Amino acid sequence: MSETNKKEQTTTHKIGIYLWIWGLLFVLSFFSYMVDWYQFQGMLRWSLILIFMFLKAGLIMAFFMHLFWERYALVNVLLWPMTAIACFIFLMVAEFEYTLFSRLFYFFVGGVQ
Amino acid sequence: MSDPKIEGYQFKPGFRGMVDDTASDQTMFKGVHWGKAMMWIFLLSDTFVFSCFLISYMKGRGSTPVEWPNASEVFGLHVFGVDVPLLLIAIMTFVLITSSGTMALAVKYGYEKNRKMCGWLILATAIGGLTFVGMQAFEWSKLIHEGVRPWENPFGAAQFGSFFFMITGFHGTHVSIGVIFLFIYAYKTFAGHYDEEKRGWFTSMKGNYVEIEILGLYWHFVDLVWVFIFAFFYLW
Repeated sequence: MSETNKKEQTTTHKIGIYLWIWGLLFVLSFFSYMVDWYQFQGMLRWSLILIFMFLKAGLIMAFFMHLFWERYALVNVLLWPMTAIACFIFLMVAEFEYTLFSRLFYFFVGGVQ
Repeated sequence: MSDPKIEGYQFKPGFRGMVDDTASDQTMFKGVHWGKAMMWIFLLSDTFVFSCFLISYMKGRGSTPVEWPNASEVFGLHVFGVDVPLLLIAIMTFVLITSSGTMALAVKYGYEKNRKMCGWLILATAIGGLTFVGMQAFEWSKLIHEGVRPWENPFGAAQFGSFFFMITGFHGTHVSIGVIFLFIYAYKTFAGHYDEEKRGWFTSMKGNYVEIEILGLYWHFVDLVWVFIFAFFYLW
């Protein structure tokens, strides 16, 4: 079980996969620009923006950054910390709603004199 | 990249392999160059930096009762007598994705030891990045000219300026640093430092085309961050 004579044999992937991903990224960026062009509003806008964003991010990470071909030991070390960011977003949403509520409350109702 | 081979070590796929790799009392990231692992760790920490910026932007924008400036008007351009919303940002996005694609191909040609092709593609990536920074400088000067400051702006909530300059400024700094390194690596590739295994200037590590992949990881990360900034700052 020694790693002394590890000879890294790097295999590359066919050019087609990169060109496909490249094309897809262009199409997705174009779609997300169209979301603004046609001025979609409300839930439709937010969901389209998020879908295109996560698709683009996923494609870049999986294929351009090769995570799709990496071993799970590396992939998991990189992706699990993202749950901490998700928790932080959740906490800060609660926080800004509270801040907004108290600002509006004291603007319109006023504090105790 | 894939299918590493280490003599005497049985590679298993999936989570079973993850447990074995982690518990092997050896290098945890099998077949991953140490430089690449370190770049990934750096990018992970950088992810947290940008997340903190975007989350603070979310909190700032969510907690102000003043109306937020309409991004598609603020960043719109007046070209040929028509107002096109978000035009400059769309072009910047396409430029950055183009440069990301050329970088991915440069990594591929590098591993195939195709020195010329790799070098030209890195150079193309560097020029794409330079174009991006140039357009960002134009965007900044346009907004500063229109009176956008970190503490006030004529379009709406005062917080807009500080978040804009902070987030796009930090991203632009990353792009600029990337461009500098892309030019250096383009030179090193053309000069054949990776074919001759010439030792580097930061480390005494032997030159290897894996360095192109490490640089590529950084560059794709810059593009990745832009995907999130584009979605949250410009489109939201």
